[in-house]
Amino acid sequence: MATQEMEELVRRDYKEGFVTDIESDTLPPGLDEDVIAFISNKKGEPAWMLEWRLEAYRKWLKMTPPSWAHLDYPPIDYQSISYFSAPKRDEDRPQSLDEVDPKLLETYEKLGIPLHERAALAGVAVDAVFDSVSVATTFKETLYEAGVIFCSISEAIREYPELIKQYLGTVVPVTDNYFAALNSAVFTDGSFVFVPKGVTCPMELSTYFRINAANTGQFERTLIICEEGAQVSYLEGCTAPMRDENQLHAAVVELVTLDDAYIKYSTVQNWYPGDEDGKGGIYNFVTKRGDCRGDRSRISWTQVETGSAITWKYPSCVLRGKDSIGEFYSVAVTNGRQQADTGTKMIHIGEGTRSSIISKGISAGRSNQSYRGLVKIGPRAKGARNFTQCDSLLIGDTCGAHTFPYQEIGNSTATVEHEATTSKIGEDQLFYCQSRGISEEDAVSMIVNGFCKDVFQELPMEFAVEAEALLSVTLEGAVG
Amino acid sequence: MLEVKDLYVTVEGTEILKGLTLTINAGEVHAIMGPNGAGKSTLSAVIAGKDGYEVTSGSITFEGQDVLEMEVEERALAGMLLGFQYPVEIPGVKNIYLLKAALNAKRAANGQEDIPAPEFMKLIKEKIAEMKMDASFLQRSVNEGFSGGEKKRNEILQMLVLQPRLAMLDEIDSGLDIDAMKVVADGVNSLRNAERAILLVTHYQRLLDYIVPDRVHVLVDGRIVKSGDAELAKKLEAHGYDWVQEESAA
Repeated sequence: MATQEMEELVRRDYKEGFVTDIESDTLPPGLDEDVIAFISNKKGEPAWMLEWRLEAYRKWLKMTPPSWAHLDYPPIDYQSISYFSAPKRDEDRPQSLDEVDPKLLETYEKLGIPLHERAALAGVAVDAVFDSVSVATTFKETLYEAGVIFCSISEAIREYPELIKQYLGTVVPVTDNYFAALNSAVFTDGSFVFVPKGVTCPMELSTYFRINAANTGQFERTLIICEEGAQVSYLEGCTAPMRDENQLHAAVVELVTLDDAYIKYSTVQNWYPGDEDGKGGIYNFVTKRGDCRGDRSRISWTQVETGSAITWKYPSCVLRGKDSIGEFYSVAVTNGRQQADTGTKMIHIGEGTRSSIISKGISAGRSNQSYRGLVKIGPRAKGARNFTQCDSLLIGDTCGAHTFPYQEIGNSTATVEHEATTSKIGEDQLFYCQSRGISEEDAVSMIVNGFCKDVFQELPMEFAVEAEALLSVTLEGAVG
Repeated sequence: MLEVKDLYVTVEGTEILKGLTLTINAGEVHAIMGPNGAGKSTLSAVIAGKDGYEVTSGSITFEGQDVLEMEVEERALAGMLLGFQYPVEIPGVKNIYLLKAALNAKRAANGQEDIPAPEFMKLIKEKIAEMKMDASFLQRSVNEGFSGGEKKRNEILQMLVLQPRLAMLDEIDSGLDIDAMKVVADGVNSLRNAERAILLVTHYQRLLDYIVPDRVHVLVDGRIVKSGDAELAKKLEAHGYDWVQEESAA
């Protein structure tokens, strides 16, 4: 795995505390109403937005962190976290790839990350990444011509306040859960996408994203809206190991589809998982929810989760519109001391709504993984259908896999199917491949990729290839 | 080519092979026969390097190399290939993908580049036609949902593609109807040449009507008790294994 140095990068500042005298734009640790006002002011937000944040903060103060997940971590001290740090100035960043940790570059190589993206991902100063900037500008023009709005959430709050007021917090209410409330109070970064009626977004919002927003914030906030008949495919994150100095991540993602609209949201998450003892890894507490408001609309979540020390994440769909469709395809890999509690919720409200869930969990090392899924069929959801398949694959004897399926069926016309399997990566399968001359590591990666095939084929093409490579890198040394 | 000397092998504390000695030269086809539980499959599994087989004494050398010191994949790359009695299923992994990975592993070991896609497709088409297999097999997951006969054909297909120096076929005839057996036998016969050796492990003489061996060895209780030419297999068929045991006891 990459690398001690990466570990240092990730953990830097934790032991020592944040250095505030060098960069005056970075707040000292701690959270109160002044901090929130500072953030709102820094972002140039209107007064109503500050009020919204403060209200979230006051509610958060009265909430308690969830304890139901199958996760084990010490209590988080929210006063020890700094809630605003200005982006690094260019002169503090590496000036070229020559200054970047060679092991990190080696990993990019293994993952097949295109050359022109490597510099941006490695955090090289923007001026030095001339190519990618010009690529990004071209993208922006294409989107503008199609009428698609794609910008940072901060820009959207300033430029499109009516859309923000109409949609922000309507899918994930401020008080939805502890982490969503915290995010609502302090979010500093994230994306906004608006695809107007009848428009199919002319490009995957992925390449652009990878180049421009690879250094995502600690408390990200994303809002994507597709009007009637609109479509977009959005990819968040990337397969390259993400360097980040913040240990706690609590993102909120809200998706809204009106009649006949379709959002395909794919995530590849590869945050630093911590060292062999699980030290220094990132805690990832995410609330992602899609609201199929319109009839025949569709929201599809695809995720490949390989990073983080702790993952707490349940991308969900509220199927309100008649005949709307929700989908969840997930591959989660845990190795070392990683812990993941992940799954989905499919809330069937409208008539004829359909959902499918395919979850593939792979545990190796001393890791622990749970699938947690809720399928809820409301009384008005006549003829609703759900199909759930969740499969777990264990590598070795020291890891764990758990499945917690919940079903609440309020309608006798609904059809709900659940299939689950747990298997161990077979000695026999390994021996078979090896006796054909294939190395043990390649054999493991082949078998695991085969296991995940149903999900990978849902990923945008270029990422499917990278995701396969990512799995091999993540599971390096998992056997033997 | 292959030399097994005074080999003792224990599986889960039970001694299975008790001083087995066998020499196979290039260009020869050897058949190991014997009653159930005699240790036939153990022999090929030990040569291929399967876990759980403990060699307590004796040696195996392949073209002068100490086989017991080699990893499983090194043995395969050196040219020893095992055709399984019960090939395992690998869900989600396309048959063609496994073939390509194995072939490229072999090429890499020989310092060659990966095989170019058109060349690979041409090779595969030729070989599946030889095994009378439908092209759709290539796109199916490795052995998943294959019938017994299809699995065995698939094993031979791999041999045809990988062209081993020593092909070991463990009960390749079990579960085959007569037509499938002919196809499998034709495949194996097409592998025969002066540079290659073939080791057949079988319970029944039937297979040897189609693949006529140069040498037949009778394995009883972990030891080769009798060796001969193809005629020996016919005698066994007529008289049964008891006959050998009685004769060797006498």
